[in-house]
Amino acid sequence: MSDPARAAATVAAFPAAAAPARAAKPAPFIRIEHVTKRFGTFTAVSDVSLEIQKGEIFSLLGGSGCGKTTLLRMLAGFEEPTEGRIFIDGQDMTDLPPYERPVNMMFQSYALFPHMTVERNVAYGLKHEDMTSAQRADRVREMLALVQLTDFAHRKPHQISGGQRQRVALARALARQPKLLLLDEPLAALDKKLREHTQFELMDIQDKTGTTFIVVTHDQEEAMTLSSRLAVMDKGRIMQIGTATDVYEYPNSKFVAGFIGSINFFGATVRAASSETATVEVPEFGGTVTARAIPGLVPGQAITLAIRPEKIQLARGRNEGPNTFAGTVENLAYFGKDSLYRIKLPSGRVVSVNSVNARRAGENERVADWEDAVFLAFDPAAAILLKD
Amino acid sequence: MRRRSAFLVTMLCFGFAFFYIPILSMMVYSFNASRLATVWGGFSTKWYVSLLTNRQILNAALLSLKIALLSATAATILGTMAGIALARFKRFRGRTLFAGLVTAPLVMPEVITGIASLMLFILMAEWIGWPASRGFTTVTLAHITFSMVFVTTIVHSRLSETDAAVEEAAMDLGSRPWQVMRDITLPIISPAILSGWLLAFTISLDDVVITNFTTGPGTTTLPILIWSKVKLGVTPDINALATITVCIVGTGVAIAGFILNRAEKRRDRDARMAYQANK
Amino acid sequence: MAGAHTDNALQRWFNRRGWINLTIAMPYVWLVLFFLLPFVIVIAMSFATRTPTAPPFSFGGEHPVLNTAHYARLVQDDLYIRAYLTSIVNAGFATLLCLLIGYPMALGLTRVTPAWRNVLLMLVILPFWTSFLLRVYAWMGLMGSNSWFNKLLTAGWNWLVPTDWALRSIPMMNTNFAVVLVMVYSYLPFMILPLYANLEKLDRTLDEASMDLGSRPFRVFLDITLPLSVPGIVAGGLLVFIPASGELIIPSLVGSSAQPMIGRVISDEFASARDWPMASAVSVALLLLLVVPMMLYTHYEGKAHEKRKEEA
Repeated sequence: MSDPARAAATVAAFPAAAAPARAAKPAPFIRIEHVTKRFGTFTAVSDVSLEIQKGEIFSLLGGSGCGKTTLLRMLAGFEEPTEGRIFIDGQDMTDLPPYERPVNMMFQSYALFPHMTVERNVAYGLKHEDMTSAQRADRVREMLALVQLTDFAHRKPHQISGGQRQRVALARALARQPKLLLLDEPLAALDKKLREHTQFELMDIQDKTGTTFIVVTHDQEEAMTLSSRLAVMDKGRIMQIGTATDVYEYPNSKFVAGFIGSINFFGATVRAASSETATVEVPEFGGTVTARAIPGLVPGQAITLAIRPEKIQLARGRNEGPNTFAGTVENLAYFGKDSLYRIKLPSGRVVSVNSVNARRAGENERVADWEDAVFLAFDPAAAILLKD
Repeated sequence: MRRRSAFLVTMLCFGFAFFYIPILSMMVYSFNASRLATVWGGFSTKWYVSLLTNRQILNAALLSLKIALLSATAATILGTMAGIALARFKRFRGRTLFAGLVTAPLVMPEVITGIASLMLFILMAEWIGWPASRGFTTVTLAHITFSMVFVTTIVHSRLSETDAAVEEAAMDLGSRPWQVMRDITLPIISPAILSGWLLAFTISLDDVVITNFTTGPGTTTLPILIWSKVKLGVTPDINALATITVCIVGTGVAIAGFILNRAEKRRDRDARMAYQANK
Repeated sequence: MAGAHTDNALQRWFNRRGWINLTIAMPYVWLVLFFLLPFVIVIAMSFATRTPTAPPFSFGGEHPVLNTAHYARLVQDDLYIRAYLTSIVNAGFATLLCLLIGYPMALGLTRVTPAWRNVLLMLVILPFWTSFLLRVYAWMGLMGSNSWFNKLLTAGWNWLVPTDWALRSIPMMNTNFAVVLVMVYSYLPFMILPLYANLEKLDRTLDEASMDLGSRPFRVFLDITLPLSVPGIVAGGLLVFIPASGELIIPSLVGSSAQPMIGRVISDEFASARDWPMASAVSVALLLLLVVPMMLYTHYEGKAHEKRKEEA
């Protein structure tokens, strides 16, 4: 079989999932329609439209200054949109003040009331609910049990640890059983072990209560693990919306590709393109690469080729297949479960390759060592073409 | 790292001697039997007796207390509002002027404030007929004005160190702004409000210059009385009065110090408890 | 969501804007009325003409609408210029001495053990809370020619110097020296407290880093502590200098009437001479002299405030 034919066969064999088809879904629970927020001459949020389903955990992901926190505050009612409307469960909430919305927020700094006990903190919002004091007490007990803080009910915020304070903030925000819970960087202040634990706890609680969560975070790992869907934001705009897989494997722009995880970018020129595959000339590789095609490619067009480090295979010998190139190991970092290699190509360009240490091997049995000559190879389906 | 320097210790000793030798001397001489305040004539408590039976002094003291209570309370209310305004409302028209108005009285020489206030009151009497004459009202108004800025400074400082998100959280949970103020803001800054009140009270009780200008016949506060006496020279009953004052204030400061010390120990204990809870 | 009721229009307005406006307006109006307005009156009055009426001033009529004669007198009459100079010089010395005495004290306070520190701080604060007037009075007691203190100093003086320089008593009362001394005494807490607050918050690890790199304690002080404490020095210094330059009580009680300070001049012009316009002009000139220090103070207070917020 000729190389192009083999390439086409490989691509065809890969399940097509360039843009996941959306099944018919119920009316969205949260509708953000063309919302813009300007502070004087500065535009924090620019024409953002989003639809969020009931019971989703949805993340707004982006660096600082991208507008995600402003958007969150508009949902909570602390900022008013300059343009656009916000609908929650069919109701137009745009002009409502925060104390009239069925929305509650877990603040980044937790914002626990320092002069009240844990119990009174959690009970605070309930006085606006139509309940008897016995019912309120029950609800508080329920909430404290949900976050496993029953024994600390009588402590004050400065008498408990950081992780516990966060759980109080969560219990307090859920006490009124809001339609929407907003979480501002929920895991930012926690250390690594606690972060992993809390991540699962949050997902558990969401599952139990069925509340719709919107999370704001700059940590892409957090966003990808927690959410059912996420939106990547930059400079007040939404760059891409989708599931974690969508955004990770099928980024729609250089920004999103570079923001999530690590990636290798290469400048390229289109040589030929069909509906399924495209051949691009990549000077840094010193050859051509076969990649999965994207719509609208024109020969001669300048384009960016992107490949994730874990999608590249490393081997001592050259194997038969498309997209195989030679290089030398410039550097390597051993993490135990995987290793990160920096492979220098003849053109001088250094490529990052991530390789799982699937075989239990000793020092001298490694796939590649410093200054070894190796071969890189990757599937055409793993090669991402990006127009910007 | 605690490095004890002989120089610093010496300076501390000298400094405290400098502070207290005049006061101690005054206290000792308040028991002087001799009328000549500078020559020792034997031990006697007669000046205290004469002080406590002096109608004039007692009336003046009572008046000072009344004015101080009234002006401190009003100053605390207004000053707290101003402190909250400065700490929480970042953008409003005339904020710069407001911030200036709240800082200026802190450093303005009292003489200028005194004559300015007096001219205001006289002109107001001319133009609108109130205040008809100077006395209790004008003194209290003037006291409120210059002591409220001290309260503002304290409240503003304390409130800006507090996480503003706490108030947003309360609103998020359903409380209207006035409820947030009642449930959250005021309780959190209550120590600041209290110290502000105490400071305003002391300032009012002690003021001479501004009171001198804004008072009228029949309204003699204690400092004014002392001032007129002291201009004539050193008299032993003033020694006695000073000793009583120092003792009262000293007791107050000691009690306050004790309370603060206990609070600090409790805070340390709580912090340790929080640390334990983590494990 | 159960319990969410809608407010009526008045409640709505109050909750959104009303309470904010009220909280700002009440103190604002008060200060404008009772602080800004009198201040404006002083400035306006400085251009009025003194008349034997009650109240003793007039604009227009047979007098010029804007009378600048008072300002002219300020520069022409020696009395005023000397008074300004005396005030600035006395206040300046007082500030300097407060700094020289107060800085080591404040620094010492940061170095003692916590148990001592609370006690010592209370001892510093105690004079601050007792009557200002009584503290000045205490010094009057010591400085009089018959006091034990004066006699002690005189004896010391006589013992140190040759016989023809001997004195019966040291003339301390009614001199500029007395004024400066008592000002230092009265204003010292105002220097110590801001300095202490500043020094206490300094990062000790900076000192350690400096020593690790080879500096001796005194160098550490010069290179690290002193520069970082400048905001405290400025705040404390201005808190002493500005009110001290306008002092009235201290010069009246222990100062010399031959060398009056400007506060005394203002008070005399106003009360004794009933010359409101002149007193106002003198006040305005004093404020102009002080406006730069006052703005410096506001600037440094603002910066210190921002820093406190950051660290909170």
